[in-house]
Amino acid sequence: MIQWLAMGGYARFVWPCYLLTAAVIVLNIYLARRDFADALRSARRRPTAKGNEQ
Amino acid sequence: MIPWLSSLAAICGAAGLIGALGLAPPDYQQGEGYRIIFVHVPAAVLSTVAYAVMATAAGVGLIWRMNVAHAVAASCASIGAWFTALALVTGSLWGRPMWGTYWEWDPRLTSELVLLFLYLGYMGLRSAIDDTARADRASAVLALVGVINLPIIHYSVDWWNSLHQGHTLLKFGKASMPPSMLTPLLLMMLAFLLYFGAIVLTRARGAVLRRERQARWIGEIVGVTAP
Repeated sequence: MIQWLAMGGYARFVWPCYLLTAAVIVLNIYLARRDFADALRSARRRPTAKGNEQ
Repeated sequence: MIPWLSSLAAICGAAGLIGALGLAPPDYQQGEGYRIIFVHVPAAVLSTVAYAVMATAAGVGLIWRMNVAHAVAASCASIGAWFTALALVTGSLWGRPMWGTYWEWDPRLTSELVLLFLYLGYMGLRSAIDDTARADRASAVLALVGVINLPIIHYSVDWWNSLHQGHTLLKFGKASMPPSMLTPLLLMMLAFLLYFGAIVLTRARGAVLRRERQARWIGEIVGVTAP
């Protein structure tokens, strides 16, 4: 296990790459969900106007 | 659609990760350090695919005046920017032990950096213009002009002397990788692209809601009745 974590001496390059990738993936999920939730909240707050003449 | 894409991305990502960090053998020259490519290459591929999708959607929006297309284009930008930055940073962390430097003004690296500036410029331009229709048109033109950078990124390793290695996957004949390394790499690339699809759809849904929030059909969907 320790040998695997050491990555043949490249641990300080390999693991930051994987951690950064995981962080970017999780961050983008969070940002997209937050953006959608905000848009939904704002759409619910506003009374409908355009298209009411249909 | 979004749950399907997310689930498939998670399955491919988990399988790819097991292969990348466990099953794939060490490289005979780069040792275990080459395992960075299993995240670096998918991030770089996503960065260019996201731009291609963004420019196509922007072009469709510009020609056929489709709001949804502009919403999709705008949704691609921030994801593309994040993954371009990730490709640059992971490439840099690979470059230090392999090339002896974090950064070199190499054609592939420089054109990828230009891609990051194109994304940032696109987002900056959109946020600088208050009128949505004008922002759509101006940013679409910028996105279309920037397409010229995509073939430059792809062929930079052929056109110029580059420190960056040549094509491994997209070349005529066999890919120059054994299946034990190629399979996890392809799985990771597929996972990243499926993930991109899920995130773009989530963002585009929000963007359409925001653009059309006063339309009656949106009111019906979100449960607000007309006054």
